[in-house]
Amino acid sequence: MTKNSSENTEWPLWEVFYQPKDGKPFEHAGSVHAPDAELALQNARDTYARRNEGIAFWVVPSDQIVASSPEDQGPFFDPANDKPYRHPQFYSVPRAVKKRK
Amino acid sequence: MDSPEKLEEFQQRIDNGEKIEPKDWMPERYRKQLIRIMSQHAHSEIVGMLPEGNWITRAPSLKRKMVLLAKVQDEAGHGLYLYSGTETLGVKRQDLVEDYLYGNAKYSSIFNYPTLTYADICVIGWLVDGAAIVNQTMLAKSSYGPYSRANVRICKEESFHKKQGYEMLAKMADGTPEQQKMAQDAVNRWWWPTLMMFGPHDTDSPNSAELIKWGVKTKTNDELRQHFVDRMVMEAEAIGIELPDPDLTYNEETGHWEFGDIPWDEFWSVVKGDGPMNRERMKARRKAYEEGEWVREAAKEYARKKRLQDEKAS
Repeated sequence: MTKNSSENTEWPLWEVFYQPKDGKPFEHAGSVHAPDAELALQNARDTYARRNEGIAFWVVPSDQIVASSPEDQGPFFDPANDKPYRHPQFYSVPRAVKKRK
Repeated sequence: MDSPEKLEEFQQRIDNGEKIEPKDWMPERYRKQLIRIMSQHAHSEIVGMLPEGNWITRAPSLKRKMVLLAKVQDEAGHGLYLYSGTETLGVKRQDLVEDYLYGNAKYSSIFNYPTLTYADICVIGWLVDGAAIVNQTMLAKSSYGPYSRANVRICKEESFHKKQGYEMLAKMADGTPEQQKMAQDAVNRWWWPTLMMFGPHDTDSPNSAELIKWGVKTKTNDELRQHFVDRMVMEAEAIGIELPDPDLTYNEETGHWEFGDIPWDEFWSVVKGDGPMNRERMKARRKAYEEGEWVREAAKEYARKKRLQDEKAS
């Protein structure tokens, strides 16, 4: 009954990022299948911007994405945890120059 | 086997309302259930284009044709969001699609009913998409990040689907006696199948408890169905449409509308493949997939040749 799945006719997978508005950073939208970059862009538009959700797109072959791994989350982000002096709240300023609400 | 400590930790994350992302640890069964539900949802969106696509060439006006085209294209989009989400669980799209076309994967039974007149298009928008919104609004809070995000995207588009149907139905219900008859007839045929879209009663739904425990779903089939009925009674009344259930009565105490017995025999017979359109739908989907094969191959080959050319040139 099953069609011959060993015959792979699937197009490569691309991750899609879009810029929702002028000046905004790009966001991940999802993925599309496409045989090449040009069609990946067109498929991205038809899939993720039928209502102008994006004004610009990036497409990246999915196997080219390198992601941090959740298991290493602790040690990986550890260097940021013990540096409260990176935040402005760490410092005190004279009462006189504190902003009024 | 999944270790009890890992399972405990996972359950803790779910109970804290955290979202599970593709690379996070998850129980094998959570992954399996998600693949089943998400791909079933995706297949439903795709097959859902058929009953409506049936009327594109015979839309009553250019405006209605444009609306229907846009709606059917959205359904394709919804299917693609969901396939994309399912693939994050480590399955291949081709395998998902082939499991549906040639294997055992299911899709929503509602699409195994025929669309006999244009009033059916109105009613699909109003009832079927209305029910889908109730379900998908819940799924937008699902514990699996990619599934939740796909449903958020879907919900944003679904309200257009429902409103265009409701508006058209209101017009027909306010039209000539023939139009009113058509509208009422379509509602009569779609009402019960729509109520079945929420699935069996909680007492007959073995998967529900587990899915709720894992936060894949946050409400039971019966809760969702009740929410839907309460809303639809009001909307039907507002446009002078009758719901075909003599047992519909308002319960002052609970604040809910009680409804008659759902014809479950029909539901199970459609699920098992004996609905009015099961064979037709599967035939149409297989035909599209098989006749599209050369296009998929040709595009792949074209991309390969172009890449070689570009490499030579540089």
